[in-house]
Amino acid sequence: MADLSINLAGIKSPNPFWLASAPPTNSGYQVQRAFEAGWGGAVWKTLGDPILNVSSRFAGLDFNGQKVFGFNNIELITDRPLEVNLKEIYETKKKFPDHAIIASLMVEPKREAWHEIVKRVEDVGVDGLELNFGCPHGMSERGMGSASGQVPELVEAQTMWAKEVAQTPVIIKLTPNITDITATAYAAVQGGADAISMINTINSLMGVDLDTWNTIPHVGGKGAHGGYCGPAVKPIALNMVAECARHPDIHVPISGIGGISTWQDAVEYMLMGATGVQVCTAAMHHGFSIVEDMIDGLNNYLDDKGIPSAMEIVGKSVDRFTDWGNLDLNYHIVARINNDVCINCNKCHIACEDASHQCIDMLTDENGVDYLQVREEDCVGCNLCSIVCPVDGAIDMVEVPSQEAPLSWNERQAAVQKLSENRKIVS
Amino acid sequence: MQSQQQRISTDNLESNFREVNPGLSPKAAIEEANRCLYCYDAPCIKACPTGINIPSFIKKIASGNLKGSARVIMEANPVGASCARVCPTEELCEGACVLNDASTPIMIGDLQRVATDWAIHNQQQLFQPGEYNGKNVAVVGGGPAGLSAARELARLGYKVTIFEAKEKAGGLDTFGIVSFRLPQDISLWEVEQVEQLGVNIRTRVQVGKDISAEDIVDGHDAVILAVGMGNVPMLGIEGEDLQGVYDAIEFVEETKRNGLRTDFVGKKVAVIGAGNTAIDAATCSVRLGAANVQMVYRRTEAEMTAYDFEYEFAKLDGVEFRWLTQPTRIIGDEHGRVKQLECVRMQLGEPDESGRRRPLPVEGSELTLEVDAVIKAIGQTRHTALIEAFGLDHEKGVVRIDQDTFQTSHPKVYAAGDVIFGRGQGEAMVVTAAEQGKQTAYAVHQQLTDSVTESA
Repeated sequence: MADLSINLAGIKSPNPFWLASAPPTNSGYQVQRAFEAGWGGAVWKTLGDPILNVSSRFAGLDFNGQKVFGFNNIELITDRPLEVNLKEIYETKKKFPDHAIIASLMVEPKREAWHEIVKRVEDVGVDGLELNFGCPHGMSERGMGSASGQVPELVEAQTMWAKEVAQTPVIIKLTPNITDITATAYAAVQGGADAISMINTINSLMGVDLDTWNTIPHVGGKGAHGGYCGPAVKPIALNMVAECARHPDIHVPISGIGGISTWQDAVEYMLMGATGVQVCTAAMHHGFSIVEDMIDGLNNYLDDKGIPSAMEIVGKSVDRFTDWGNLDLNYHIVARINNDVCINCNKCHIACEDASHQCIDMLTDENGVDYLQVREEDCVGCNLCSIVCPVDGAIDMVEVPSQEAPLSWNERQAAVQKLSENRKIVS
Repeated sequence: MQSQQQRISTDNLESNFREVNPGLSPKAAIEEANRCLYCYDAPCIKACPTGINIPSFIKKIASGNLKGSARVIMEANPVGASCARVCPTEELCEGACVLNDASTPIMIGDLQRVATDWAIHNQQQLFQPGEYNGKNVAVVGGGPAGLSAARELARLGYKVTIFEAKEKAGGLDTFGIVSFRLPQDISLWEVEQVEQLGVNIRTRVQVGKDISAEDIVDGHDAVILAVGMGNVPMLGIEGEDLQGVYDAIEFVEETKRNGLRTDFVGKKVAVIGAGNTAIDAATCSVRLGAANVQMVYRRTEAEMTAYDFEYEFAKLDGVEFRWLTQPTRIIGDEHGRVKQLECVRMQLGEPDESGRRRPLPVEGSELTLEVDAVIKAIGQTRHTALIEAFGLDHEKGVVRIDQDTFQTSHPKVYAAGDVIFGRGQGEAMVVTAAEQGKQTAYAVHQQLTDSVTESA
């Protein structure tokens, strides 16, 4: 049994699986049920001045008959009085002292406001704070959430104000609704953040009803953009985590958020630099019990790899993530079809024919048996065929040993530059 | 698996004749449709005698475009709703599905039914007639081949008249396939689709009696003979005229007309033969309340011509099988009613001209079955007289045609469907008949268009 516990900027939890600040962490009842189910921590639904919510708040994106490929919401922060939340946090922490409770906070961008809420929340015994600079809907129209989070100066200033009084670690939750997330991540670090978490939800309009022409969801015939999350956002979020993790000046721990549904997703985030992960949509889709396989799967993975502690995998893939200019231009792979596994659906052929490099031939052997074959000399190694192939093991992408030494674009350009300089000297 | 007792009610015979397969639920249909890989150059299309673009119609189910889906199906196969239910899919499209080895094949037949049921339920008219081109074509016989030919010709602008001997068109689909596999209204919807294109279906018209073959040939630019096959031939044994001896074709047909007979309840029935119709007769007997139904076949399970799914269905219905058993005599009681069926055990010898091993009687192996009814299902006769009335070349009632043009020995007369089945020509499936009807229509069109061009 591997040690699954983590320590994120001083916040300890028995495993890396936290519930993100969202509807599943709205109340003590829910968070306590989550801890009983095995969740290692919970970021309480954002506290602030209680708001008013609308009815008809969520929408799901189905794909090819599968439910909740993506998810969006227009629910705001907690609509319950601060006192009630604080009382329940206190009771929950007392019942579950080993589990992490992090309070998510959102107030107006004023120094006093941050001071006041940080003190009140820390008084009830939270393990850490997460400043919500990410919520993209509703609150942002009032200058909070992502409206703050999109301005590096505001991120830095508010982080600083919170840190002025905070006794517990401060995590800054970042919005993805920005061109370069490392700018706000860096601002958070400059403001003294102990950690950053990402991503919050992405601005989204889930759909339009084909019969009524209303937005999905709609509130009495009108809609507004919501925040998008769920499995579909994982690659976007993972990239943002990776960009921050490899950034030399962003040296604080990262709590990874975005489309995490399984232990495998969590391992990917951790390898790419996240110390732990936060989950919401998967729990909303299936209930708290899904954490059981997350824990079990992660443990088995670590045991199989002979890794004693979850913390040991954190960041192990970060140095493999770089700029395009550093990729080896002489590395070459080609598709190879295993005809004994292939079921002849011809999807690789038509994908290559219509959308790639026209190098998979449909052939018939001397016995009249149809088979597919790659003309390797024309294959650019794009992977499309193996992506559309429905059968595992039917198409391998195989490395072709290069005659040339590895050479990246940057190296090539540097060499060209050097050569032209030499010429100048010579001439 | 349901037992026969659960499947069959002796109190409510009507319920036994309701369609057994409930079809896919909307959710199951979507799940199944999404499982389809949408293969390129899909083998299922090639395995379908009518060449339905199966991945296309399945994709349309998945996208919620059921009208488009039904259109894709019916475009290729004018009796596609019936075929969704009666095609031996595991030997055709589903048998060719690439998922056979990787997981399980897509339920193509059931998905085809989802789309066509939608069209039926929503009363969709899927096709429009072509602008009248001044030419008239007669189709003799309103079964799958005839309807299919008529539909395509009407779309091409021909004025088409179908001459149908029975009171309703649809042929085998309307009268010959048991209701619990193919309810009659499905076939009648297909008939209606053809009628709505302006095709005139003249029912209760027997060629040779109500109208002469000559009048039909003279009155039209082309004639398509699609009369199928006839009833069951004589066994040629003693006792065939006893009360309680039935022709399987007529027997099944009766269950598709008004009311179900009640005199089979509790009876012992022997069905002679082991083809598609024999299975239908046997399962009909069970569903009419018979206490015991045995199929008597002179060869073995391996040689039977019924499809596997039909055989399985019959076994589930509790039908018993007596292989290698040949009836030799039907014995009646003093009132002239069937009492016993005398048989002899057989053994298989050398292969005959059909390639199947010839059954030979085992000496001294006679046995007698106690039965109340005997249903003959040993094949179908040919409409030889009708074929000869048109003056067509034929071989034992199988019309001789040009394989490419479906043209008979009479240049104005074409033939399609079961009337050309046999002697190495085609398969006796509804779907094959539909395709032949289609192709015949195109051949007629080609011929009539060419002659216009030549004379111009």
